[in-house]
Amino acid sequence: MRGALVLLPAAFFAVFFAYPVATIVGRGLRTDAGWRPGRLGEVLARPEVLDVLWFTTWQALASTALTLLVALPGAYVFARFDFPGKQALRAVVTVPFVLPTVVVGTAFLALLGRGGLLDGLWGVRLDTTVWAILLAHVFFNYAVVVRTVGGLWAQLDPRQEEAARVLGASRLTAWRRVTLPALGPAVAAAALMVFLFTYTSFGVVVILGGPAYRTLEAEIYRQTAQLLDLPTAAVLTLVQFAAAAAVLAVHARTVRRRETALRLVDPAGTAHRPRGAGQWALLGGVLASIALLLVLPLGVLVARSLDASGGLGFYRALRSAEASGGTFVVPPLEAVRNSLEFAFAATAIAVTVGGLAAAALTRRAGRLVRGFDALLMLPLGVSAVTVGFGFLVALDEPPLDLRSSWILVPLAQALVGVPFVVRTMLPVLRAVDVRLREAAAVLGASPLRAWREVDLPMVRRALFVAAGFAFAVSLGEFGATVFIARADHPTLPVAVARLLGRPGELNYGQAMALSTILMAVCAVALLLLERVRTDRKGEF
Amino acid sequence: MLLRLEGVTVRFGTRTALDAVDLTVGEHETVCVLGPSGSGKSTLLRVVAGLLRADAGRVLLAGADQARVPVHRRGVGLMFQDHQLFPQRDVAGNVAFGLRMRGVPRAERAARVADLLDLVGLPGAERRSVAALSGGEQQRVALARALAPNPRLLMLDEPLGQLDRGLRERLVTELRGLFHRLGTTVLAVTHDQAEAFALADRVVVMDEGRIAQAGTPLEVWQRPASEFVARFLGFDNVVAATVSGDAADTVWGRLPVPPGTPPGAARLLVRPAGVRLGAPADGLRCTVEGRTFRGHHVAVLLRPADTDAPVLEAECALRDAPEEGAVVGAAFVPDEVVVLG
Repeated sequence: MRGALVLLPAAFFAVFFAYPVATIVGRGLRTDAGWRPGRLGEVLARPEVLDVLWFTTWQALASTALTLLVALPGAYVFARFDFPGKQALRAVVTVPFVLPTVVVGTAFLALLGRGGLLDGLWGVRLDTTVWAILLAHVFFNYAVVVRTVGGLWAQLDPRQEEAARVLGASRLTAWRRVTLPALGPAVAAAALMVFLFTYTSFGVVVILGGPAYRTLEAEIYRQTAQLLDLPTAAVLTLVQFAAAAAVLAVHARTVRRRETALRLVDPAGTAHRPRGAGQWALLGGVLASIALLLVLPLGVLVARSLDASGGLGFYRALRSAEASGGTFVVPPLEAVRNSLEFAFAATAIAVTVGGLAAAALTRRAGRLVRGFDALLMLPLGVSAVTVGFGFLVALDEPPLDLRSSWILVPLAQALVGVPFVVRTMLPVLRAVDVRLREAAAVLGASPLRAWREVDLPMVRRALFVAAGFAFAVSLGEFGATVFIARADHPTLPVAVARLLGRPGELNYGQAMALSTILMAVCAVALLLLERVRTDRKGEF
Repeated sequence: MLLRLEGVTVRFGTRTALDAVDLTVGEHETVCVLGPSGSGKSTLLRVVAGLLRADAGRVLLAGADQARVPVHRRGVGLMFQDHQLFPQRDVAGNVAFGLRMRGVPRAERAARVADLLDLVGLPGAERRSVAALSGGEQQRVALARALAPNPRLLMLDEPLGQLDRGLRERLVTELRGLFHRLGTTVLAVTHDQAEAFALADRVVVMDEGRIAQAGTPLEVWQRPASEFVARFLGFDNVVAATVSGDAADTVWGRLPVPPGTPPGAARLLVRPAGVRLGAPADGLRCTVEGRTFRGHHVAVLLRPADTDAPVLEAECALRDAPEEGAVVGAAFVPDEVVVLG
């Protein structure tokens, strides 16, 4: 039974992940004379490579710590407080996460760089410092922490903490001893995601880091696309792969030790209006940090999408292919439809593959299944650039000649979506009381039926969250899509990057306009998702 | 025999939860497994349900070995200790679950759910949310859910464990009547002897994975087979003795034993009812150390004057109970002395 569940995800990853990546690495490390493993040492001995490694690691650690620091209070506020506009705000904080990295970089450049908002107001510029990168990373990953941690937090029974209070624990001790351990797996999962995203950060670093700061992924892109030095790119891909695998192994250990059956309750009953000055101050602080870190850059983005007279000239230009001066063979606006179609297909694939994998992993057993757990996360740590390039190089021969098929893009996007689906669903699935399944079995439900009847209704919420994440990631995916999207079928992020790569105010303005549309599409999709999630709550 | 266990052994690591247990339950019989927590009672139920695999031995239902039969095909019912009602379904959804699994048509299902809710005393509760039910109501819904598919064997894990005393006593009578009326075969486990004795045709006492004694409630109560069973039933007047003829020497003096008791070393149980209090000179000289009001009688704790001897419990009518600190003489009634195995 478990074997059958694992089969589809395993095949999916073998064909669409392991095979393309292995092909690229093979190309880099093999010459006509055979394998050249010695290249590993040669490349890693170079001081500039070591610099890249060091910077990649410490900025990722700093970004993760900063994100947790800023976003954990946010997770608490979203989980435990009721306030007007909460649903809309939840969607708003998720929007940055799905923006193309290039756009985020540009938005922060507009905010912190030369002639930017801060420069204009106080003469402060941060674009030459690492702070710009760190802040952009917080902007990006705020939603990861709020969604992953807050989603579980909302379902933790507050009476557990009350029980600890009655037993003599202070508010802080009760939180530390009762809630924190229960949240542990979710916090670890969130921290891991943030670390991986910032470790593999690409677009943000390219724009804000300049020549001084380069991450591994940015270096891989430079070696692959600009210097055409495939061997060096292959070695760096392997290094990034190894680092990601190591982090994932450590994570799998921590999570396994701390994941326990939790008392989950209906999140509707755990939130209340803030009480007392402290809670109002907390709410105010969180709202202020959201306004400053998340809404302000988005606002700058929207402002830049309007032309000099504050009109919609840039938007109108998107309707024709000619206005871009030959950048596109189709009107850029078509990218909206392409992106939506691709994202829906990618979400369906990711939810199917990830859902099956999560279901198989729920019944935790053997080393093999646990290894599979960690394996599912690897696409997040492996260079998207390598994956995209690998798709082109590896999937071009029968029986797998997908180069001209539209499914290639959703497949690549789903690859990045699956880890989100698994990570979101697994903690909730594992928290389902095993005896409920046993009760169903004793009443005559086969294992599959028991899963459908017991687990599925209880994890619907998590499933919607997972689908939302997969959809968002697919919409914003850039590193792999940029290699495989066809010229007449650009996605939104690819179109934005193409416009940004062209000189001229019109192109820049169109890029900003298209980014604003992407932001709006995401916001609408996420708002719909929030609605679906709450409306169905009473059904079961 | 509907259920037969042959040498069933379950180990958790180095701990043996069930140690070569043999047990039978006949058609329409109610058997109660009684034991302290950790004695392997729940493990027994999980093995029969198929939720746990036995490391050795066989489970037979109606003569058929169940080793290769998965949980959902065994056709047994199990009422979980904390009910495990499905929180996302209403009362009817819970009760109808087993019927749905068996493909019973919707109309028939609804009728059966209504019947069962009537039976357990919750008529018309179909649409109620299980979260809004009281403990007693949850227990009734759990029972209706377990009974709905007409299981050939109904298993109850601490069926009344979390309910308050009054409700428990009422429900236990109701349950017994219900099982007799429906002809249900029941295997229940509990740590509460009153519950077991009230519910069961036959009681099985378990100790650390082994069966310590099996018999009718009356047999077990009157003739506990071992010191463990005696102490578990709440009898603490257990003493080492040397039997010779129709009496035995103990630290409490010479006690009468039933005729035919083999001579030699033995453990004796003196039921509190078999300790008669009189003047200090008429028996074992004791000081009254404490009195506990037990409703129909008073339990009197006696400290023998010979300080090495263990304390002795006696049962007195309310008006006969001596004051604390009083000095009395304890005599023993032969009928209430039991030789333990």
